[in-house]
Amino acid sequence: MLSASLADRRLLPEGRLAGPMPWVIAIMMFLTALAMAGGMAMGAAATRIESDLGRQLTVQVIVADPAQRDRETAAATHILSTQTGVLAVNRLGDDKLRALLRPWLGNAGLDRDLPLPAMIDVDLDANGRGRIDAIAGAVRAAAPHARFDDHANWLAPLLGLIRSLGLLAAGIVALMVGATAAAVVLAARSALNTHRQTIDVMHMMGATDVQVARLFQRRLALDAVFGGAVGLAGAVAVILLIGERIGEIGSGLIGSVTLPASAWAALLILPLVAGLLALAVARITVQRALGRIL
Amino acid sequence: MAGIVQFENVGLRYGTGAETLSDLSFSLAQGGFYFLTGPSGAGKTSLLKMLYLAQRPSRGSIRLFGEDVVELRRSRLPGFRRRIGMVFQDFRLIQHISAFDNIALPLRIAGVDERDLVTPVREMLAWVGLADRASARPPTLSGGEQQRVAIARAVIGRPEILVADEPTGNVDPEMAARLLHLFDALNTLGTTIVVATHDIHLLRRVAGANVMRLDRGRLHDPTGALRYPPRAGQDYGEGGA
Repeated sequence: MLSASLADRRLLPEGRLAGPMPWVIAIMMFLTALAMAGGMAMGAAATRIESDLGRQLTVQVIVADPAQRDRETAAATHILSTQTGVLAVNRLGDDKLRALLRPWLGNAGLDRDLPLPAMIDVDLDANGRGRIDAIAGAVRAAAPHARFDDHANWLAPLLGLIRSLGLLAAGIVALMVGATAAAVVLAARSALNTHRQTIDVMHMMGATDVQVARLFQRRLALDAVFGGAVGLAGAVAVILLIGERIGEIGSGLIGSVTLPASAWAALLILPLVAGLLALAVARITVQRALGRIL
Repeated sequence: MAGIVQFENVGLRYGTGAETLSDLSFSLAQGGFYFLTGPSGAGKTSLLKMLYLAQRPSRGSIRLFGEDVVELRRSRLPGFRRRIGMVFQDFRLIQHISAFDNIALPLRIAGVDERDLVTPVREMLAWVGLADRASARPPTLSGGEQQRVAIARAVIGRPEILVADEPTGNVDPEMAARLLHLFDALNTLGTTIVVATHDIHLLRRVAGANVMRLDRGRLHDPTGALRYPPRAGQDYGEGGA
C-alpha cells in the first residue's frame, strides 16, 4: 500500500535536511556515542583490572634478622608454589626492591644496612581468589612473619568508581535516547502540521493511518540516520584523539581504558539504531495524532 | 431504486452550541443526481461532511451502502471513503505534485501497482481535457483546469457516490456547464451525484435531478421531492428558477 517510494517521497515536498531535526539528532548522537564509548571503555577496564590485577597478591616477609627472613621467605615461596590456585610465584630480588624504593628514599637512604622486607609476587588463577585464606594460612604456618597484600583490596574502591562512571554513562545514554525520541516527536508533530492539507486529502481518499504515518516515519528515520552518522563521525574522531592521548600516558591502569571491538561495533550501528528509534517514535506519534482526527 | 444513503433524524452540533443541522431524514437513490442548495450558513457543507465521513452526527442514524456508519470503527472508515469521491470548491489539490500524481493518488492509496495506473490516469486526463497538462503542477493551472483535475481525482477510483461542494464556485459559466456535463456523464455510468451549490442556474441543467434545500439547518421538502422523483414546479430556493 502506497509503497511506491518515489511517489511517496513526492507527497512530502521538503527536501531532507531542510529542518533542524537531523542536526539536533547529530548533536544527540555525538553525545550518546561519547557516553556509550566512555561507559563501555569503563566496563572493559573494570573487567580487565579485576581479571588481571585482582588476581595478584604480594607476600611480604618482615623480619629484621636477614637469616630468618631468608628462611621464612624460602619456606613461603615453596609453600606458595605448591598451592592449588597459584599460577606463578616470583620473589623480588634486592636490586628490584631498592629500585622500587629509590624514588622515595633516594640513593643515600638505600644503604646496605637498611633492612628491607622480602617480597614475593603471586599470580592466582580463577580458583585462587577463593582460596586466599587457605593459602595464607599455609604460608603463615611456615613463615610466621609473612604478611599478605591482596591487590583486590586496594583495587576495590577504584573498581567501584569505574563501575559508577559506567553506570553514569549508561544513564546519560538513556537520557540521550529519551531526548532523541522527544526531538523526533516534536519533528513529527511539526511535520504533521506542515502537511495537514496533504493528510486531509489522503484521508478523504481512504488512506489509512498506517499509510499516512509511513510517509513521515521514513522521512524522519532517514533524517535520524543522517544525524546519527554525522554525530558518530564526530564522536569517533574525539574517541580516537582521546585514545591517542591515553596511549601517550603509558600507565598500566589508565592504559586499560580501551574500547574493545564489540564496543566499536555497537558504536557503528548507532546511526541505524537512531533511524529505527525515529521510525518507531514517528509512527506512534503520527498514528496517535491521526487517531484524534475522524 | 435502493437507497444508497439514508439519513434518519440526524442532528449535528459543534461543541455545546445550538444544532447546526436538525432532524434530517432523507434517502438518496443509487444512481440518482441530487442538488443540495440553500443560503450560506444553512449547513450544506456540514451535511456533506457527514456524507463523506469527515464528521459524525451528534444524533440520528446514517446508513451508507446499507451499513450504519455512525458507530463505524475508525479503522473501517478508509474502506468506505474509497467508495466516495469528493470535489471541493477550493479543489484541495496537493500543490507540489503534478496533475498526473494528484489524479493517481486515490489509486496509489488503494494499492494499485504503478504500472497499472498509468493508462487509467492518462485516460482520465484526456476525459477532462487535460491530456497535455499531465506534468503541470496545480499552481500553474487555471481555476477551471484545477477543478477538472479535482474531478478526475474524485472519479478515477470509480466511486459509487460523488460529492461536490460548490464545484462551480470558482469557475466561469462556460466551465461550470462543462463540469456539470462531466457529472452528468458520470451519473449516466451509475454514480450517485450530490452537488451542493449556490448557483440556481445549475439546477435546471440536469434533467431529472432532485433538489434538496437546506435552510437554517433543516431540510425543506414540502413537495416530497427528496423521496424521488421531484414534483413538477418544485421550489428551487434562493428565489430562483
